[in-house]
Amino acid sequence: MRSIVIVDYGMGNIFSIQKAFSAIGETAVISSCATTIKKADFIILPGVGAFERAMKELKTRNLIEAIYSFVQKQRPLLGICLGMQLLFTDSTEFGHHFGLDLIKGSVTKFRKPEEAGNRFKIPQIGWNSLYPPSQNKSLWQGTILKSIEAGSSFYFVHSYVCKPENKENILSETIYGIDTFCSATYSNAILGCQFHPEKSGPKGLQIYQDFLSI
Amino acid sequence: MKSIRIIPRLDIKGPNLVKGIHLEGLRVLGKPWDFAYKYYQEGADELLYIDAVASLYGRNNLLDIVKKTSESAFIPLTVGGGIRSLDDIKNLLNAGADKVAINTGAIADPELITQAAQVFGSQCIVASIQSKHIAGKQIAFTDNGREITSYEVVAWAKQLVELGAGEILLTSIDCEGTGRGYDLELLEEIADTVPIPVIGCGGCGNQEHFLEAIQKGKVDAVSASSIFHYKYLSEILDFNDYEAEGNLEFKNQNRGSLNFMASRLMPTGIPDVKGYLQNHGIKCRMDGVVG
Repeated sequence: MRSIVIVDYGMGNIFSIQKAFSAIGETAVISSCATTIKKADFIILPGVGAFERAMKELKTRNLIEAIYSFVQKQRPLLGICLGMQLLFTDSTEFGHHFGLDLIKGSVTKFRKPEEAGNRFKIPQIGWNSLYPPSQNKSLWQGTILKSIEAGSSFYFVHSYVCKPENKENILSETIYGIDTFCSATYSNAILGCQFHPEKSGPKGLQIYQDFLSI
Repeated sequence: MKSIRIIPRLDIKGPNLVKGIHLEGLRVLGKPWDFAYKYYQEGADELLYIDAVASLYGRNNLLDIVKKTSESAFIPLTVGGGIRSLDDIKNLLNAGADKVAINTGAIADPELITQAAQVFGSQCIVASIQSKHIAGKQIAFTDNGREITSYEVVAWAKQLVELGAGEILLTSIDCEGTGRGYDLELLEEIADTVPIPVIGCGGCGNQEHFLEAIQKGKVDAVSASSIFHYKYLSEILDFNDYEAEGNLEFKNQNRGSLNFMASRLMPTGIPDVKGYLQNHGIKCRMDGVVG
């Protein structure tokens, strides 16, 4: 049986991710054990909260080396929300902090539009649409978005966004306020999504399903 | 324009879904779970559970309802009512809640908001404000509208942002359960004041009220209960799945009480509300219907 491991480093509601895998008939294990993570077939790197603390928590649990070791085997890793941001080189959230550097790029805050009322508040909390870069839907073939129609809605909760150095690492784009940001990223088997598939209804569950066929 | 969230609010008493007027006179409508799942299938953007009498009853019912919901409804779930400590929050999050709504606990100890935001992140701390007009001012109330405080609502909302709240759930007690529409002045005042999203709540009786709350009240999300609950009740045939606890007048009258609100309440389903808003230039998530 394939082993799906949700990396537990004390950040965020990971039970809902586990329940989402149950709903598609799969068993995902929650673990903070480096050995379990190294041996996994698929890992999910979740995360809600601050970038700096997340890296510290990973380090304290000796999970950074475990993740590097996992990735070297070319097995699929999916970072979710803060878990996606951690894949990048660095972040400007509360200072300057280094991430896992598995994908080159930075994590920076949304630019604040000068509008009041219900326009664009930060954090972005709510549903927003995914589009393939340059309207090129063929980019989604064989990826976690292969079953998703351009323009589909997913649930986001975040104040910071990922900026890959290399445009080839942009799997999908989303517009919020005056920013068009990278809402899903990929580099070989390393994947990330800024939105929460486990909170995005059946389309979100489909993404987890398709992650397992990568 | 960004997508506006439509959030059904489910008031819970013990094992039952209830609904009152001005947050009082709660009547039993049915099982929360049935309604929640229906709303998920209809494309609700989030769900909101409020334990109406949390301080009077044990919480096991609520945790069970949250757990069951999070196993099958894969949209964000906010839970409020009687939250006084970090442990209360942890228990709800572990049961499957994504966010918690805190009112009385925040008034009693504003530091709770700050501590909760530090431990769990601002994004899961929703500050709940229940407001009532008193001598020309909007005053915050606690204990589900039963107890007055010394907090003026606008100042309290600003303070909640500084304390670390990630969203504000704003309920007008004056409007709640009346079907006469939202308190638009109150919504606009708070939505324009705070830099975080505001969920407007209380008074929705028809689809035009949603539009007003968004256009005039400027809220980021709109919550409503009766309009959805009574729509669902009008569709289901088996109306006997409830437990004998609370005010059963509504059930005993064999839904006769539906007539009591008929002049003001126009029961409407989520897809129709969203269709209406979309036709009026409001962006909504339209691809959320399940199945």
